[in-house]
Amino acid sequence: MHNFEFVKPSSIADAVAALAAEGAQPLSGGQTLLPTMKQRLAAPEVLVSLTGIPEMQGVCTGDGGLHIGGATPHAVVAREAASHYPALAALAGGIGDPAVRNRGTIGGSVANNDPAACYPAAVLASGVTVVTSTRKIAADDYFQGMFTTALEEGEFITSVIFRIPQAAAYVKFNQPASRFALTAVFVAKFADGVRVAVTGASNNGVFRWEEAEDALTADFSAGAIAGLTASAEDMISDLHGSAAYRANLVKVLTGRAVTAAR
Amino acid sequence: MTKVTMTVNGKSVSAEAEGRTLLVNYLREGLGLTGTHVGCDTSQCGACVVHVDGKAVKSCTVFAMDVAGSEVRTIEGMANADGSLGVVQQAFQDHHGLQCGFCTPGMVMTTAALLANNPKPTEAEVRHELEGNICRCTGYHNIVKAVLAASGQDAGAMAAE
Repeated sequence: MHNFEFVKPSSIADAVAALAAEGAQPLSGGQTLLPTMKQRLAAPEVLVSLTGIPEMQGVCTGDGGLHIGGATPHAVVAREAASHYPALAALAGGIGDPAVRNRGTIGGSVANNDPAACYPAAVLASGVTVVTSTRKIAADDYFQGMFTTALEEGEFITSVIFRIPQAAAYVKFNQPASRFALTAVFVAKFADGVRVAVTGASNNGVFRWEEAEDALTADFSAGAIAGLTASAEDMISDLHGSAAYRANLVKVLTGRAVTAAR
Repeated sequence: MTKVTMTVNGKSVSAEAEGRTLLVNYLREGLGLTGTHVGCDTSQCGACVVHVDGKAVKSCTVFAMDVAGSEVRTIEGMANADGSLGVVQQAFQDHHGLQCGFCTPGMVMTTAALLANNPKPTEAEVRHELEGNICRCTGYHNIVKAVLAASGQDAGAMAAE
């Protein structure tokens, strides 16, 4: 990997200042960024670690729901969100493996927006507010396609605020080698309607299956989507599964998530 | 190059590092602690697992500078004070939980972290927690036995033989 200058600020303000440097990039848990840098697909000149900032750590309830600091590792979310939002905690506890969960963070995952990552599904289905170093962004405006988000150069996620649904579940069909989602579905039932977010399936990254949302808002049961078909257009087709296979998984996993929702 | 200081196996240590120096290279090349292995270098295999402030991490996917000042424990810190094998190491030897031995340092460190959080895991929990540690000799059965034995449980009671 190419060398760089390493900076580790201890406050959000200092991180913002450090990221103003030419060629600077934020580093969170690094579980994606380090492998990317080893392949020289990323070569920042300055790397600004966000893991030493106390105000970006931890899980607590507050205005608007459950606040999770951007640099909170998956293992901490799995443990500390369990009593507030069990489906979210279960999702965090199923990412990668134990060592990856001890380093990888929610802010890093949401900022990267890997098309097969778990967190984007929870963020979109929960109608999250993404809080950044400069503003607040609604989940529906945040995700803009594979590896693409509303984040500007130098902007980073300081926390994520989850609305807590009446019932929710995340069902993931594992790609067994990487443990990323071959396809996965997060279903969240709120008083004002049901939201269904799908990851791992689309060439455009995480998306809402609005047809299923309408059907499930009218009748929250797996049977309510029996007559629907998820479109295979724009779905990922690779050696692990064809577009049609993934489209079928979207429907099957949505049904399972509705049945499992607590 | 900058001097990076941390506590490794209870001793304060320092060595020169660049920004890009990985924790595993800091340990192996900077400190000469070659017990921690690099298997895949892509955070898949778990041969490089060490503990940072009590938590298992893949040291090939952490920058040394990012954990400066931390308490790090490696396989070299797992033996008893008199030099005899620690409980987890002894269980791996007793149950032949290794074949070539390359993955063993990571297996032992992941096991120690697992047992610190969950002192009496079930067989299913052990298999799930070892998901990030790959043994290419595929000696998993005896590894799981060793972990159960290290937790003081009867490894002979495992379902599959």
